[in-house]
Amino acid sequence: MNKRLINILVPLISIVLGLIIGAIVMAASGFNPIDGYAALWNGIFMDSYTLGETVRQITPYVFSGLAVAFAFRTGLFNIGVEGQLIMGWLAAAYVGQAFELPAIIHLPLALIAAAVAGALWAFIPGLLKAKLQVHEVIVTIMLNYTALHVANALIDVISGGGERTEKIHATASLRSEFFQSITDYSRLHWGFVLALIAVMVMWFILEKTTRGYELKAVGFNKHASQYAGMNVSKNIILAMVISGAFAGLGGAMEALGTFENMTKLHASTGIGFDGIAVALLGANQPFGVLLGAILFGSLKYGGLNMPSEAGVPTEIVSIVIALIIFFVASGYVIRLALERLSKRKEVK
Amino acid sequence: MEYVIEMLGIRKQFGDFVANDNITLQLKKGEIHALLGENGAGKSTLMNVLFGLYQPEAGTIKVHGKEVKITDPNVANKLGIGMVHQHFMLVENFTVTENIILGAEPTKMATINIKDASKKVQELSEKYGLNVDANAKIEDISVGMQQRVEILKTLYRGADILIFDEPTASLTPQEITELIQIMKRLIEEGKSIILITHKLKEIMDVSDRVTVIRKGKGIGTVITAETNPNQLAELMVGRQVVFKTEKKEAQPKDVVLQIDKLVVADNRGIDKVKGLNLSVRAGEIVGIAGIDGNGQSELIEAITGLRKVKEGKITLNGQDITGLKTRKITESGLGHIPQDRHKHGLVLDFPIGHNIALQTYYQAPISKNGVINYKKVSEIARKIIEEYDVRTGHGESSIARSLSGGNQQKAIIGREINRNPDLLIAALPTRGLDVGAIEFIHKRLIEQRDKGKAVLLISFELDEVMNVSDRIAVIYDGSIIDTVFPNETNEQELGLLMAGQSLQENGNKVGGENE
Ligand SMILES: Nc1ncnc2c1ncn2[C@@H]1O[C@H](COP(=O)(O)OP(=O)(O)OP(=O)(O)O)[C@@H](O)[C@H]1O
Ligand SMILES: [Mg+2]
Repeated sequence: MNKRLINILVPLISIVLGLIIGAIVMAASGFNPIDGYAALWNGIFMDSYTLGETVRQITPYVFSGLAVAFAFRTGLFNIGVEGQLIMGWLAAAYVGQAFELPAIIHLPLALIAAAVAGALWAFIPGLLKAKLQVHEVIVTIMLNYTALHVANALIDVISGGGERTEKIHATASLRSEFFQSITDYSRLHWGFVLALIAVMVMWFILEKTTRGYELKAVGFNKHASQYAGMNVSKNIILAMVISGAFAGLGGAMEALGTFENMTKLHASTGIGFDGIAVALLGANQPFGVLLGAILFGSLKYGGLNMPSEAGVPTEIVSIVIALIIFFVASGYVIRLALERLSKRKEVK
Repeated sequence: MEYVIEMLGIRKQFGDFVANDNITLQLKKGEIHALLGENGAGKSTLMNVLFGLYQPEAGTIKVHGKEVKITDPNVANKLGIGMVHQHFMLVENFTVTENIILGAEPTKMATINIKDASKKVQELSEKYGLNVDANAKIEDISVGMQQRVEILKTLYRGADILIFDEPTASLTPQEITELIQIMKRLIEEGKSIILITHKLKEIMDVSDRVTVIRKGKGIGTVITAETNPNQLAELMVGRQVVFKTEKKEAQPKDVVLQIDKLVVADNRGIDKVKGLNLSVRAGEIVGIAGIDGNGQSELIEAITGLRKVKEGKITLNGQDITGLKTRKITESGLGHIPQDRHKHGLVLDFPIGHNIALQTYYQAPISKNGVINYKKVSEIARKIIEEYDVRTGHGESSIARSLSGGNQQKAIIGREINRNPDLLIAALPTRGLDVGAIEFIHKRLIEQRDKGKAVLLISFELDEVMNVSDRIAVIYDGSIIDTVFPNETNEQELGLLMAGQSLQENGNKVGGENE
């Protein structure tokens, strides 16, 4: 069996296995799996509106997945994507409502603000790791909570004691009449195009640039990097900052596209944490992350339709979705089995 | 005679690369059986098959005459097979005992019983004369001691067949003598040993029989008493090997490296280099002889900018490089073959091709406007792989980790020499290399010298220092206590110097210079 065939077969078999086990779980809890999956399918693809919303749901996952994957590829475990995303969201929402500028300046400015806010929030753990060897996992986890409360406090200030920021000006919005009209007025916005660009950017940085070579080298072996004359501290900080910028842009998708404002958060958005699963699904490869986000976002959004259409309770839906994700993420087991199988044939 | 281990017709492939092709090895009870072969011949692979880390594609393994399937190291342990790996596998901040019981924890009502374990470890250590403190932390003990911990680990698990994969490559000569004693004691106690080493002298000293493999194929097994180093080398390489490298008289010219009153401290802040003076000229090879731990590592790190200089001055090509960043120093004409190839020399998870670009990835022609031309990287890598005979599974795209130890080293040496540096620092350049590769590397160092470059060689092997250097600087307790010429000295005299006894005091100075 050749490599390419295995590469295509593995995810397919994983998804099918996940679906089968998910079906067993549904059947065992007294629900009809066929109805359940029909509802899931409809929840993703039913009409142009649903499809538009599915894509909208996928968009921030691409960014949070890229943020986690980028850090991972450069030897860092950025659990703080959630916090960086919140800061990016707030920065974009603020720039969007506070200034009146022509769209050509306003929208880029809001996006840059989000990226910078995410980057700054990631700069802190980067600096602490580079200069004081404090492990980034601890710092980023703490900064997630900090981000939540800081954002809420700032929303309070910005809105003069209100629950949410004002709606952003149309000049900063990612929404598009055209996308809305072809998707029956879903909230589909330009963000997915930016997400595709971000995928290319990550690929380009890591696989083509001199800086990417350094970032990866430092991530794998900082002693060898030092020996080769690289500035280890600078590269650790930079890796964290770039990861944070991706996360911040993920926040901008919500601020400038989906919600066009920011409401006080009672809990995490979850997008940042789900980014870890997305990165895992995509094996930390930029194009893999894109596929991972598509799968993850689709299931998440489509699953919302299962309780209403098929009567499957949310808890069961979560289990089914988790099973599918689990099987895809552990695809290497299937890969191993396939390789064993094909090798045995070769020998004979 | 009964065989304790029989590996018959073993074949092991990685993808379409055949690392072991129909190899047979039979180990008798109570013998030390040497396994000899060039770098990348497939020795470690064969032993990993025996230890259950790899599954062979063909062939059978018999233990005490019974056919077995060794599916993982636990099975190997149960069969009484233990392995001391080429690179140790110890947890740095665990104690000796904790490391030894890891994975085989003795439990009493589900709690680990460390005390009993520690007692048993201490007993074993005494029985075999290993001299290990069961309660010391790994990070606090020497490399030689760490290796003895690995040996204890296998004994603790009841191994009576021990595999040693290049145990002497990272040891000092003293530690090697000790290890040989230990192996002899193990045999007396009824164990059997498979020993991989590139040092023919060791094979001649301790082994009973030798199995030779070349490029993955078994060449045959000979009785040590009936062979000699020359024959072994020829069997293994497939041609005659010259042990003493021919070279012309050196033509030293201007001073390239000048070190004045250098003081360098180690990580704990203790001075390791204490007012050291040294100069290396263009067109000469200066060898630094000395026992490990006399300041060699700190000296190299100071010259290369990896460690802070406390006092003193270093100039390279007349330019003061004291305290400059590593990259600046590299760019002013320094090449560096580092002592620890895994820590400093390679990014093990990068392809070997990317590793060959490790010092030049940011310069033209590889990098332009911040973008790397990976085609160029491959092109340069292929050239070096070819020129330095680096054996890889899948060319320049093989992951560095998958290369055999000796081939990793050849790639590093190729990378550094290819940049044609004015000063080449070669720290233990031939550690873990086979005799053919050593000959080749020595030729390369001499070739650099003949091109008018300066070479600073650091080695713990007296043979190497005597053979390659034009001038030998003996380091003791952080300073150069004497400089001698190889043709005017001998191993005894060097040994005395290295132990800190100045020859001037004895009134028979052998020439040299005082900088
Ligand atoms: N996991 C692996 N994947 C691919 N190729 C491998 C792998 N392990 C070893 N090889 C290849 O198999 C060959 C034999 O390697 P091995 O480590 O057995 O050599 P060796 O005889 O122990 O050499 P050395 O004396 O340098 O340690 C090498 O060419 C190496 O590149
Ligand atoms: Mg080996």
